[in-house]
Amino acid sequence: MFSFTSIKEYHSFLADHSDGCEVAVVHYLSAIEKNKHLNAFLEVYANEAIQRAKELDQQRKEGKPTGKLYGVIVALKDVIAYKEHHLSASSKILEGFTSIYHATAVEKLLAEGAIIIGRNNCDEFAMGSSNENSAFGIVRNGLDENKVPGGSSGGSAVAVQAGMCMISLGSDTGGSVRQPADYCGVVGLKPTYGRVSRYGLIAYASSFDQIGIFANNVDDAALCLEVISGQDNFDSTVSDKIVPEFSNEINRSSKKYRIAYFKEALEHPSLDPQISASIKAFFEILTKKGHSVEAIDFKLLEYVVPTYYILTTAEASSNLSRFDGIKYGYQSASKNADLTELYKQTRSQGFGDEVKRRIMLGSFVLSSGYYDAYFTRAQQVRKILSDQVNQVFSSYNIILSPTVPAPAFNIGEKSDDPIKMFLTDIYTVFANLVGIPAISIPLFKHSNGMPFGLQLMVSHFDEVSLLALSKEMMQYKQHSY
Amino acid sequence: MNIADKYEAVIGLEVHAQLQTNSKLFCGDSIAFGAAPNTHVSPITLGHPGTLPKTNKKAIEYAIKMGLACNCEIEKDNYFARKNYFYPDLPKGYQISQHTTPICKGGFVTITINGTEKNIQLNRIHLEEDAGKSIHDIYDDYTCIDLNRAGTPLIEIVTEPCLQSSEEAYQYVGELRRLVRWLNICDGNMEEGSLRCDANVSIRLKGEKKLGVKVEVKNLNSIRNIKKAIDVEIERMIHLAENGGIITQQTRSFDATNDTTFSILDKEEANDYRYFADPDLAPFHLTAPFIQKIQTSLPALPQQLSKKYQNELGLSEYDASQLCDEKSTSDYFQSTIQFTNNYKAVANWILGPIRNYLNEANASFETIALLPETLADLIKLIEDGKVNFSVASSKILPVLMKENKSPITIAQELNILQVSDTNELENWVNQAIASMPEKVNEYKKGKKGLIGLFVGEVKKLSKGKADPKIVTTLLEQKLNQS
Repeated sequence: MFSFTSIKEYHSFLADHSDGCEVAVVHYLSAIEKNKHLNAFLEVYANEAIQRAKELDQQRKEGKPTGKLYGVIVALKDVIAYKEHHLSASSKILEGFTSIYHATAVEKLLAEGAIIIGRNNCDEFAMGSSNENSAFGIVRNGLDENKVPGGSSGGSAVAVQAGMCMISLGSDTGGSVRQPADYCGVVGLKPTYGRVSRYGLIAYASSFDQIGIFANNVDDAALCLEVISGQDNFDSTVSDKIVPEFSNEINRSSKKYRIAYFKEALEHPSLDPQISASIKAFFEILTKKGHSVEAIDFKLLEYVVPTYYILTTAEASSNLSRFDGIKYGYQSASKNADLTELYKQTRSQGFGDEVKRRIMLGSFVLSSGYYDAYFTRAQQVRKILSDQVNQVFSSYNIILSPTVPAPAFNIGEKSDDPIKMFLTDIYTVFANLVGIPAISIPLFKHSNGMPFGLQLMVSHFDEVSLLALSKEMMQYKQHSY
Repeated sequence: MNIADKYEAVIGLEVHAQLQTNSKLFCGDSIAFGAAPNTHVSPITLGHPGTLPKTNKKAIEYAIKMGLACNCEIEKDNYFARKNYFYPDLPKGYQISQHTTPICKGGFVTITINGTEKNIQLNRIHLEEDAGKSIHDIYDDYTCIDLNRAGTPLIEIVTEPCLQSSEEAYQYVGELRRLVRWLNICDGNMEEGSLRCDANVSIRLKGEKKLGVKVEVKNLNSIRNIKKAIDVEIERMIHLAENGGIITQQTRSFDATNDTTFSILDKEEANDYRYFADPDLAPFHLTAPFIQKIQTSLPALPQQLSKKYQNELGLSEYDASQLCDEKSTSDYFQSTIQFTNNYKAVANWILGPIRNYLNEANASFETIALLPETLADLIKLIEDGKVNFSVASSKILPVLMKENKSPITIAQELNILQVSDTNELENWVNQAIASMPEKVNEYKKGKKGLIGLFVGEVKKLSKGKADPKIVTTLLEQKLNQS
């Protein structure tokens, strides 16, 4: 019976099993079948995955070199382009659309030997915090099927949580990887803005979006990040900084960190008392281990969610203009419609409510009468936040915070109140607003049985510290509970 | 007084020039004209989900070139904005353009009107991507979309509303076309749409300060049509104004088949383009050394050169301006005068027989086989009296345009070197006189004009080789003696 703990162990398993890749794929395909009711996958590439596993096994037999993610079984959020495969962003508007090229991250995964097993359900165009906004049905949390898995990368989180793949790629615009990771009890990493090429990632908000990673442990996330990061000729916002060998670097460090937390974040009225208590207790462990933990002020906490929603919806309103029914995807079938009517009908019918809400919001904040009052001011707040975070990182290495105010909520609980839903992003949007890397690690368990995590943030491109401390903290998990 | 004299026209022009870079403004697709529809379309051009733009640095360089040539101030801090609107030939649902920060600000282009120079003030030159083409006339029920052109780099050159006549517009666009070609940044072909012009036309009573209601005239696919369209538009407006009509803000199209304009859009729709900085493209900063490097690489500009040719080389204004019509012509002239000081002769050759030859052969100075030093040799041959101009242009030049030989060799091979040996010439002169005794008598009686006849006869006898100057002298001596 195949079981998975980490990529490293899997690779030693492969060393003893000449048909190991195929064994693994068969195992995961049956896990996917068993968990079908969770609705985490929109499409499973069963035959292809088996075929690819056989080829990889064959190559090993022939002594050909193996890549860093050799035989690793990966699932992709359905906003990441995989050549000659359907790509829908969980939206009706991309009905029948097949990508004609690979996202850069996908190309890099494949080059290192990964096996792509399927595409994951998500909130439509990555807009949502509960995975209830998919045109193809909700995704259920594997630990409690009445609870949401979080969003927008809910399917990708559940795919790792329920053992349906080894790692998965999601996208994180305001917490869409970290929040579902928190709800599902897995590791969720959002790299620095510009660390991973966005080429092939369907844009929600271009200056916020970043491909992120779900994994069972920090080492796997580090290894995957090492593979998908780096310069790309097709993305001018990606950094040309040299990519460290994260998987090695994080083991080398035994550094003592200067850790800060935002007082306002831990004292926020919306924060579940158990989360706040657990985190405070954890601070003591960290102090005992030689790190310093200090509270700092963060007066702007109340502004981050409004700022985030103004700027992301503005960008989204433009990014989603290309879905017009002219070139590809869904087109309204009504006859005799003139051009404007064709656009209206196609987009009204093709997009779901949340997407339409955000397109309208974004169009509004960019419209000539309101531009300065909303868009310009939000940009100013973003600039202030950037300045402040730079200041924090001149004295501290790490910022700790809850990932979310409360653990996974019930399906349907917040779907009627978008503001309530938006507020679940209060701790995660900050990292996207300023572009820093952040991770959610599954340290805790709530009395209601659901897991919750802790969020770590570091300065731009310091993922080594982020991952190293995360790994260290995961070792204290047993000690605390 | 003519009614039209009560009014003055105010004209502003927007000229779009496609930059002849190898690839599009934001991706690697070719921009070549005339390819089969939708063949230069990567996923990026098609606006497929997940694709991103990456700026073509060459296009930025070309825009700066044009800006420097037009005396603009070059903006150092630039970004691209998105202009949001829906149209089927706009794949992304927005056009990437420079909204608040054009790369070139201000500046002017000098034209000459009735012998007087006038600076046409520019508002800006900015970079943007072209849209695709919507083709409405293939099928009745469908519009066809060709996205080959989508993403082609454009500069838009916008004047202040400072032109006063169609003639100024004609001269201005002509000068722009010469400049973009001179700088080798655009082929200037208006028929293929590489250079496109929209004219904003208004009229007002002379002395009035306020601008009149403007009409935008589009579809001007030649410089001649720009002039015509503006003329008929001004006429239409004056007619309206004089007959109690109201000029409304419109977009009109020019119909070249009957020289009229017709409305295509009444009162521009209040379109909110929701411009904002494109988050997919980092702002770009231009350093002073980078701009300086482009400045240094700029060729001497046609207007400067034309003045230089007149003032320093003594050429006529006509010759100088003709030489500066195209850069390849001017370059060829410059190369040739490295080998000879006979500037006038070089100009005559280039603007006369060589240009005629090239025109007939559908060739150009860019690919001409005749080396500048060979042309200089040919001119020397004439100066030395070895051949005359007409023989050189009709007999030697056609050979030189095909093969690289020395002119004297060709003259020898064709046996057309002029004979200036007096003995040989005397033979022909004597023969000629002997053959026409009656004419000799007439000459002697005073019909001196007949000398040409005798010279012609010698020419015939010598098969064109006789040096006509010496022949004339010899003939006169002989005829006057006896």
